[in-house]
Amino acid sequence: MEPAEAIPRVSLPVVEEVEPPPLTFRQLFWRRFRRHKLALFAAGVLLFMLLYAVGGTLVFSEAEANYTDTTLRLQGPSREHPFGTDTVGRDILARTVYGGQISLLIGLSAMLVEVLLGIVIGALAGFYGGIVDSLLMRFTEAMLNIPQLFLLIVMAKFFGGRIPNIVLAGRTFSGSVIVIVLIIGVTSWMYLARIVRAEFLSIKENEYILAARATGTRNLGIIVQHILPNCMAPIVVSATLSVASAITLEAYISFLGMGVQAPTATWGNMLDGAYNYVETAPWLWIFPGLLIVLTVLSINFVGDGLRDALDPRSLAK
Amino acid sequence: MNDNHVPVDTDIPVGNHVPVDNHVSVDTHVPEDNHILVQVEDLKKHFPITRGIIVQRQIGAVKAVDGVTFDIYQGETLGLVGESGCGKTTTGRTIIQLYRPTSGRVVFDGVDLTTLAGEGLRHMRRRMQMIFQDPFASLNPRMTINRIISEPLRAHKLASPQEQIERVQELLHLVQLNPRFVNRYPHEFSGGQRQRIGIARALASNPQLVICDEPIAALDVSIQAQVVNLLDELQDRLGLTYLFIAHDLSMVRHLCDRVAVMYLGKIVELAHKDELYDHPAHPYTQALLSAVPVPDPTVERRRRRIILEGDVPSPVNPPAGCRFRTRCPIGASCPDKDPHWRDLGGGHWVICHQA
Amino acid sequence: MIPLLQVQDLTVRFDVLDGLVHAVNGISYTLNEGETLGIVGESGCGKSVSVLSMMRLIPQPPGKIVAGQVFYRGRDLLDLDDAEMQHVRGKEIAMVFQDPMTCLNPVLTIGRQISEAIVVHTGATWEQGRRQTVRLLEMVGIPQAADRLGDYPHQFSGGMRQRAMIAMALACSPSIFIADEPTTALDVTIQAQVIELVKSLRDRLGMAVIWITHDLGVIAGLAEKVIVMYAGFIVERGSVDDIYGDPRHPYTLALLKSLPRVDRSSHEPLATIGGMPPDLLGLPAGCPFAVRCDYRVEQCLQENPRLRPILASHEIACWVDVAGRHGPVTGRAI
Repeated sequence: MEPAEAIPRVSLPVVEEVEPPPLTFRQLFWRRFRRHKLALFAAGVLLFMLLYAVGGTLVFSEAEANYTDTTLRLQGPSREHPFGTDTVGRDILARTVYGGQISLLIGLSAMLVEVLLGIVIGALAGFYGGIVDSLLMRFTEAMLNIPQLFLLIVMAKFFGGRIPNIVLAGRTFSGSVIVIVLIIGVTSWMYLARIVRAEFLSIKENEYILAARATGTRNLGIIVQHILPNCMAPIVVSATLSVASAITLEAYISFLGMGVQAPTATWGNMLDGAYNYVETAPWLWIFPGLLIVLTVLSINFVGDGLRDALDPRSLAK
Repeated sequence: MNDNHVPVDTDIPVGNHVPVDNHVSVDTHVPEDNHILVQVEDLKKHFPITRGIIVQRQIGAVKAVDGVTFDIYQGETLGLVGESGCGKTTTGRTIIQLYRPTSGRVVFDGVDLTTLAGEGLRHMRRRMQMIFQDPFASLNPRMTINRIISEPLRAHKLASPQEQIERVQELLHLVQLNPRFVNRYPHEFSGGQRQRIGIARALASNPQLVICDEPIAALDVSIQAQVVNLLDELQDRLGLTYLFIAHDLSMVRHLCDRVAVMYLGKIVELAHKDELYDHPAHPYTQALLSAVPVPDPTVERRRRRIILEGDVPSPVNPPAGCRFRTRCPIGASCPDKDPHWRDLGGGHWVICHQA
Repeated sequence: MIPLLQVQDLTVRFDVLDGLVHAVNGISYTLNEGETLGIVGESGCGKSVSVLSMMRLIPQPPGKIVAGQVFYRGRDLLDLDDAEMQHVRGKEIAMVFQDPMTCLNPVLTIGRQISEAIVVHTGATWEQGRRQTVRLLEMVGIPQAADRLGDYPHQFSGGMRQRAMIAMALACSPSIFIADEPTTALDVTIQAQVIELVKSLRDRLGMAVIWITHDLGVIAGLAEKVIVMYAGFIVERGSVDDIYGDPRHPYTLALLKSLPRVDRSSHEPLATIGGMPPDLLGLPAGCPFAVRCDYRVEQCLQENPRLRPILASHEIACWVDVAGRHGPVTGRAI
């Protein structure tokens, strides 16, 4: 580190006063978010879901969720089994708790993969422009042209049995969880990449970016300290909505039997198990289905609320 | 005599007058042995106009700066004036290499900036900083002013985090802002205050050269005076060299030592300020000065304005030869070729066939 | 003789999220036929709002004309209904703004827009309107006017757009021509062209002119009477020679002393006005300028002075007359 040169110590009478800020960014955000009654309600529902999936482990142990007793199979909702039992006699309520954990975990993890890829690719393309941008965007477009579900199925089939189970925190997770997370992430980042690229292109033209260059800040510094913080709004909204779509995608895949494999439960593969009993044992699919719908809808409403609350036109002056 | 004047020690602040500093030197003559800090030689910046979908062809160029040559002496304030489209802002940005020149050289303290790139250039930026015109757009709305002002220190690794805090406090004192507000965001400050933040940022790395790109144009009249006084004061205390880019000729006369007038990408006249304002030689300078309003009705009534015809031609297709020929009141008889620099003595230069 | 325009106690408030903005606070002035009035002040002083309210161009929520009357040739403009006001606007009183694009429709040709104003207001035919438009464009100095009728606003340069806007304003020979910072965004040589144009038109057509700006230099060369505004109040009023040669209100004095001059070399720092611009949300009980004033006395903080005459036509809103208490002012010619 270069030593600072002798910096002349001067002082003049301090004269300027600044009025107290009317509202900070955070306060302004909350004020706007609170106006979305639906989003608030949905946020409450999501909180409940989280409690359900996490807190439910205090009520049911994993063993209980996986406990099979074929004598109890296909029983409708009752007092011992409020959501009924499934084809091998497992308590559905308990399974939705653990299934919920996995579904939500997959949703969040896939979102992280997607956001990471989307930001890196979008930022590089938007910032450097030119040939880097062309190459990255052609690649993105190519990926967009491949039907996502198709890609998911192909990759699921390919990587299907190849990843071993992992043990984490005393619990066993099927290796297919990792596969699903990665696959969903790798096939969903393109939308965010485009958004990030567009934001970078527009923010790059701002005068404070020129000022940062004049100051001597490195490119990486400009990207991370200046541009990224200014495009957090669309990233946050996109990330929120991508959790919903990840959960939905997982449900699709698992329903097709190619998602997370036994013994790990997810809401999706519980639906798969209900395929043959749609009319005869509706409790097999109603409860997990309802939970999926509730969660996904709530995430979408919260995403809408966030989008409005974070609208840059209302925050920055 | 009515003497109900409220004593100064009431709890309402009287005001923030910069004390009239009797030793502010407004030296209009640059001594012979003064060190030349910046040499600009035949600087050109053309922006290509392209067309095409897959492959881009260049079909023309905006010749924003088209061959500009001048020196900036250490410690002086050189004014660069002109109207919109004359290229003064582009000149300022090209000198500090925010735009890379199309051709020409910029020698800063012996180093040719046009030959530097990457880390070498970045390193030089410590010594040449810029103050921007728009106080609203030139500060990152999501950064606290602490981080904004200390950015040069971080970029060039000039201070440890603790030292950064101290330095920021010092700089805020220097620009007469209350250091208490160091963790606020730009939108909480007024235009004049934001401009001071911009000045503090520009001074953080102890630069030698500061390019002021229309720093007061966006401010209210009464705030302009404050900021200009501040710039003046800082120059004396810190030994700064300014390139002051502006279109407000009255303010330029007040602040600058020498003034260069630009028109359509070229400098048409360069002189010490009193010489330029009292004895303008170039017809454009004369017209420009005659157009500036003076806040004095008796002077205004007596004035005879030189009114130019038409609008400023586009820098895409400047007229051949002297750029000003098409609007010049005495340009009818001028030849079609480029006029040369003429030395009128005493540091007064003009580019004109007829001066 | 009835004055052409008489504004009495005009008061305008804005109801915004943070409270009530006191934009204009009881201003009064008169304008006679053929007079040129300059209204000067910095941003936020209420100069634009007062005139826009007069023309009924302020959106009525959140704005509200709380009190006052505006008599044009004896009729109170604030009492007229929308149709009558539309008739007055354009035909009797015309207005131009800083940004010509606020008046000019980008998707209509210039010729069409100006002709339309003529046809609507004077009942002329389109052919007559076209001819008059060409004449107007020539009058405002647009070369090859007849050929340019079919051009769109974006095909005109900044200065020419301003002229086109002036042409449109003059289309129906108004009695009053109001200009709200029309040259602020223009280059100084173009500004000079436009001001010369307005002066010659004014002399030729005998219109009254109200020119609003923060640029004291422009007003010095243009106006006969001047009003200085601060925080929605008129603080000084008088002839242009009074205001520049003998400013009596501390704010006017401070403004004039803070201006550098192009015709003089200076060797001292510019005089500055301390403090911050006024907060229009909560005006103090006393004079709004008192906090920043060098000459204030006890009374200034308690009571807001009304405009009172000190000489024949020279009025100030101040408890302290700063005549003779200051050194030479830049406004006075040497």
